[in-house]
Amino acid sequence: MDAPVIKTEKLSKRFGDFVAVNEISFEVAAGEIFGFLGANGAGKTTAMRMLCGLSIPTSGAASIAGFDVYKQTEKIKRNIGYMSQKFSLYEDLTVLENINFFGGIYGLTNSQLREKSEQLVTKLGLQKESKKLVGELPLGWKQKLAFSVAILHEPKIVFLDEPTGGVDPVTRRQFWDLIYDASDKGITIFVTTHYMDEAEYCNRVSMMVDGSIKVLDSPANLKKQFSANSMDEVFYELARGAKRSDN
Amino acid sequence: MKQFLAFVKKEFYHVFRDRKTLLMLFGLPVVQIVLFGFALTNEIKNTKIVVADYAKDAASQQIITKIEASTYFEVEKSILDHQQLEAAFKEGKVKLAVVFPANFNNDLQHLNKAQIQIIADASDPNTANTLTNFVTAIVLDYQKTLMANNAVPYQVAPEVRMLYNPELKGAHNFVPGVMALVLMLVCVMMTSVSIVKEKEKGTMEVLLVSPFKPILVILSKAVPYLIISLINVTIILLLSVYLLDLPINGSVFLLFAESTLLIITALSLGLLISTSTDSQQTAMLLSMMGMLLPTMLFAGFMFPIENMPLPLRIISNIVPAKWYYIIVKSIMIKGLGFSAIWKETLILFGMTVFLLVVSLRKFKTRLE
Repeated sequence: MDAPVIKTEKLSKRFGDFVAVNEISFEVAAGEIFGFLGANGAGKTTAMRMLCGLSIPTSGAASIAGFDVYKQTEKIKRNIGYMSQKFSLYEDLTVLENINFFGGIYGLTNSQLREKSEQLVTKLGLQKESKKLVGELPLGWKQKLAFSVAILHEPKIVFLDEPTGGVDPVTRRQFWDLIYDASDKGITIFVTTHYMDEAEYCNRVSMMVDGSIKVLDSPANLKKQFSANSMDEVFYELARGAKRSDN
Repeated sequence: MKQFLAFVKKEFYHVFRDRKTLLMLFGLPVVQIVLFGFALTNEIKNTKIVVADYAKDAASQQIITKIEASTYFEVEKSILDHQQLEAAFKEGKVKLAVVFPANFNNDLQHLNKAQIQIIADASDPNTANTLTNFVTAIVLDYQKTLMANNAVPYQVAPEVRMLYNPELKGAHNFVPGVMALVLMLVCVMMTSVSIVKEKEKGTMEVLLVSPFKPILVILSKAVPYLIISLINVTIILLLSVYLLDLPINGSVFLLFAESTLLIITALSLGLLISTSTDSQQTAMLLSMMGMLLPTMLFAGFMFPIENMPLPLRIISNIVPAKWYYIIVKSIMIKGLGFSAIWKETLILFGMTVFLLVVSLRKFKTRLE
């Protein structure tokens, strides 16, 4: 295993009396697909915001791609990609314009942009649609495009926040092919999801309950540990004990 | 810099892709100028009137000549029949009639007191009011000349004051008003909506995770609207010079500089609104209620501030458009230079700095 690209040690975030994230410690290796699971309100989003450099932790330590989350947020931002649960491209821009824009704000040069956008469009089979507005594409394609745009600048890590919400199983499977592809290229995938079949695709998963990480292992080991048939059962077993929920 | 340009380019795509908004952005100033300039004008020019002169003496003739000489009235015809008079009004061509009774001059000379009847079409009460005031003013003026030549005091007519329009000149004042209105509308509403849109659609998150600096997000959003607004100012000025024959008496450069100042004020206001809401609708409503209404009411071009009750007059001082209106009026109509408007400029500048600091600070804390 290479040196870890994500490393946290007792990382916490408090909002007043409320402990959103409670001393989480874990490591993610380069090229790994890491599933970050948990019920709504468990603190996933807060944890992820800290790892992305959007929110300063209250205590603990963490380094992302070798950079400190307290002091080097700018450098972190250069080395990560991000795709949110809300669809994150501009619907009133064409496919190419979206690629050029996001490549542009990451500082890619014109020749890099030309080359990359051509690669990307070919890979996704969007040649005919490249001058169409993104809003006219079906949701599955939009999400694949959004993912490809998120890794356009070749980040070390890409954070995916429930990327496959609302798409059918076939498209989801295709989406995961893209994820494996990226992982093969050495990009670390940090993904949150509510689909337990997707959890099975991950190399390792962690499960957050009430702000803390309760378990962290490969899906196979977790199923063994809980003598469960699927990740679904593991999830229910753990989430049942949660005190916090969305409402 | 390249990143910044990529962002500005994207903002322009947003603006140009949205045809309806684009039409509104550029159509608005034209429609407003044309509307205010021709349809809603409250200046009276060449109004057709009839004269019923039963006296036909020296005094009545003198007054009629005076009325005809003014640019406000055009004597359509003279009639001596009451029914004809009524018919003329019903046709709607005539807005006002002046009736001199028989023995007009006689009464004036011997009784020192004569009467004139002024009949106005009051279906449009404002115009009727203005017209009667104009005629009364002309009659009063005639009376004054009489007084000057004679020692005998002649009849004292009711005092008339032009409450809302002492210079009897209104149409020109709306051009600066329209400028203020359009700038406020475009900048406040468009910036707030376009920033909130990013939040609503979830793209803001992606931008914040990118190395692109949040302050640059704001700046690059401001650029297209600054440019559009300056184009709008140019359109309005061209229309007013070539369509309304209203020359720019002062420095054009100064006019654009002051307009840029108001644009920045409006952009910071838009930013402030965008930090306090997450939905486009709320942003739009806030801009409408919070900006447009006060601008219309308190800028001074629709309702004169001098005639407002004291509390409203005090409130009007915090409306940026009021100061801009004064500035533009001074430059455009009175042809004054910077030395005459530095105080207003300073107030506007102070407001801008204040709004910019507050909104940037709020924007920053919202991110954390």
